[in-house]
Amino acid sequence: MSVHTLLIDGKEVGAGSGQTLLEVARENHIPIPTLCYLEGLSGWGACRLCLMEIEGQSKLAPACTTQVWEGMRVQTSSPRLNRYRRGVLELLFAERNHVCAICVSSGHCELQTLAQSLGMDHVRFAYLYPALGVDASHERFALDHNRCVLCTRCVRVCHEVEGAHTWDIAGRGVESLLVSDLAEPWGASESCTGCGKCVQVCPTGALFLQGKAAGEMQRRTGFLPYLQRMRRGLA
Amino acid sequence: MTLEALKQQAEALQQQQKPLEVSVCVSASCISLNSQKLAETLEQEVRQQGLEAACLVRKVGCRGLCSRGPLGAVRRREERVLLQHLALEDAPRLVAELKDGQPVLLEKQLSFQTAFFARQLPVVTEHIGSIDPEKLDDYLAVGGYQSLLTALTERSPVQVVDEVVASGLRGRGGAGYSTGLKWRTVAKAQGAPKYVICNGDEGDPGAYMNRSVLESDPHRVLEGMAIAAYAVGASLGYLYVRAEYPLAIERLKKAIRQAERQGLLGQNIGGTDFNFAVEVRLGAGAYVCGEETALLASIEGGRGLPRPRPPYPAEKGLFGRPTLINNVETFANIPSILRHGAAWFARLGTEKSRGTKVFALAGKIVNVGLVEVPMGMTLREIIFDLGGGIPDGDHFKAVQTGGPSGGCIPADYLDSPVDYESLTALGSIMGSGGMIVMGSDTCMVDVARYFMGFCRDESCGKCVPCRVGTVQLYGLLDKISQGQATASDLALLEELCELVQQTSLCGLGQSAPNPVLSTLRYFPQEYQAHLQGNCPAGVCNMTKEAVV
Repeated sequence: MSVHTLLIDGKEVGAGSGQTLLEVARENHIPIPTLCYLEGLSGWGACRLCLMEIEGQSKLAPACTTQVWEGMRVQTSSPRLNRYRRGVLELLFAERNHVCAICVSSGHCELQTLAQSLGMDHVRFAYLYPALGVDASHERFALDHNRCVLCTRCVRVCHEVEGAHTWDIAGRGVESLLVSDLAEPWGASESCTGCGKCVQVCPTGALFLQGKAAGEMQRRTGFLPYLQRMRRGLA
Repeated sequence: MTLEALKQQAEALQQQQKPLEVSVCVSASCISLNSQKLAETLEQEVRQQGLEAACLVRKVGCRGLCSRGPLGAVRRREERVLLQHLALEDAPRLVAELKDGQPVLLEKQLSFQTAFFARQLPVVTEHIGSIDPEKLDDYLAVGGYQSLLTALTERSPVQVVDEVVASGLRGRGGAGYSTGLKWRTVAKAQGAPKYVICNGDEGDPGAYMNRSVLESDPHRVLEGMAIAAYAVGASLGYLYVRAEYPLAIERLKKAIRQAERQGLLGQNIGGTDFNFAVEVRLGAGAYVCGEETALLASIEGGRGLPRPRPPYPAEKGLFGRPTLINNVETFANIPSILRHGAAWFARLGTEKSRGTKVFALAGKIVNVGLVEVPMGMTLREIIFDLGGGIPDGDHFKAVQTGGPSGGCIPADYLDSPVDYESLTALGSIMGSGGMIVMGSDTCMVDVARYFMGFCRDESCGKCVPCRVGTVQLYGLLDKISQGQATASDLALLEELCELVQQTSLCGLGQSAPNPVLSTLRYFPQEYQAHLQGNCPAGVCNMTKEAVV
């Protein structure tokens, strides 16, 4: 594997070819906000929070799917990027129903944490508040569509790691909806193994363990890199 | 069939030409005006009047003047004349007058010398109107597939790529990337098999250039694809056509079968060791599938979602293999470039935008239809000379080019040349070639709102700025059009336009704000009037009392 040198925020860092910008930045303790990305899953590039400015390129590039190259000069933060990131968060907060005070994930929610760290303290857009339901048909888990940000981390972990592909997205645009199997109740799903990986990787309060009250839902997302390492070791 | 046999057949077919010919357009627009029945009636009439030996009734493709359909033409040796608004009742007199050597249907005649036809420069559409799209022989008679077989037998793949690079042809799908460079990248890419894909997922409202080419001259596109496949080293191609084009699909499938039977597609084409098969894939109605990475996902059988580029399809495309994706019109240019040479093509159009472009004229314009003109012609020439101007004594207000991704250009810029760079500088795009002309009764806020509604409905929902941003933009535009908005809403609208443009994942979101930005740029007074509760064009339904 050849080695590249690049400049992230003026700091010289080394990287192996094939690595993504996000991986290299995190190795070097350079913070980059992400929502749809999760270590151990394939890059998705959809939340647009990890967009970077790359010198010589007119378009912004997502760090999670952009591979490094020799001599790359990257800016991970700027007034413009931070404004865009706050804008994206505002859009997300306005899209469904993210009332933290009554959410199981409050205090442990990635969306909430991102809003705090990026300084998104109010929403200027009209709240859409679509009438979406809660699927509590599974014996141990539940899905609250109102909290879902459509990051597809659950879809990817179920497909790529568990191999069940219970989850997918139906519909399109703002009408997109997370569905299990062919849009059947989760509890009636024949493909779901009940492993709970989806619940562990959800960044918000959309997927949760039944019986959790507001603020009680904590997750363990760290199992994924471990699982991947163990699987590689065995292979 | 070898090149020699092909040339002989073309000559033989030309000699079989009858002295008299009546042609009738059987493309979608004229078919909807009963032109299929008209063609059959004419055939009957020719038989009844005993003119069979001397006169051929030919079903042909779209001549572009769709607003005057059903369109026909008669040829008496070298003399040709067009006939507009043909009706079934005209058939007996038409044939009789043709037989007697009299002027045919004088009151319905239309000269080929009118500006609409005389100022066009047909390259892609050169044979349209003179060949039957469902007959391979018709295409062979005008030299069809000779460019392909000449390339296969007399040139190396590298030479073919060089020729296309030298021609300066740029992608006709919208972005205008150099076709030759794209071919070269795919040709040099490591990995096998490689694929060639033709993007026929034309979805811009009011635009139907690709449909017309596919319906009127399907073999031309197939020949272009086969040449590309030879140049880049592919042996399988996909023609991705939207399911809303049933006639184009039917004719393409028929054309593929015909070409395969003659050994012009399939195994050992033209007796060489080159193999190339084409399969048709149908789009299921998602506009975003015209975006190349979403199109790939769709062909692979997945949801039509775009993915970030790089990697570009040229490197990692269909099933992760190097893939060449070009638009229908791009491929349709290829046979002519190889036949006449890169230098000939490079002389057409402008320095940076070579060749011609087919445009679909729609909206408030006299000659609704399709035109093919050299790049660099001004908007004024296209809209007023060829298009015949604005009907009903109205005046021109704006033209929207490039569909929902384009912008609205006002009268002040009518003398701008139509090429990739000029349109981009005006805040619009060339796009696939749609031109929607608007008169004084059009409200620009309403137009922006309409296109935003389109993008909102067609957003795939993958990335946040496009999925939610288009909904919020639509909401703000709706508020403005109802007279309910304030100056801060307008500021938010502009800020959100920038966010969606700069941060969306694919071209759909990145260009969705264009209609808003261009109308804000050229018609700011209309937005201001709406804030005051007035819609100058009288289109919007104001729910607020106007401030007098």
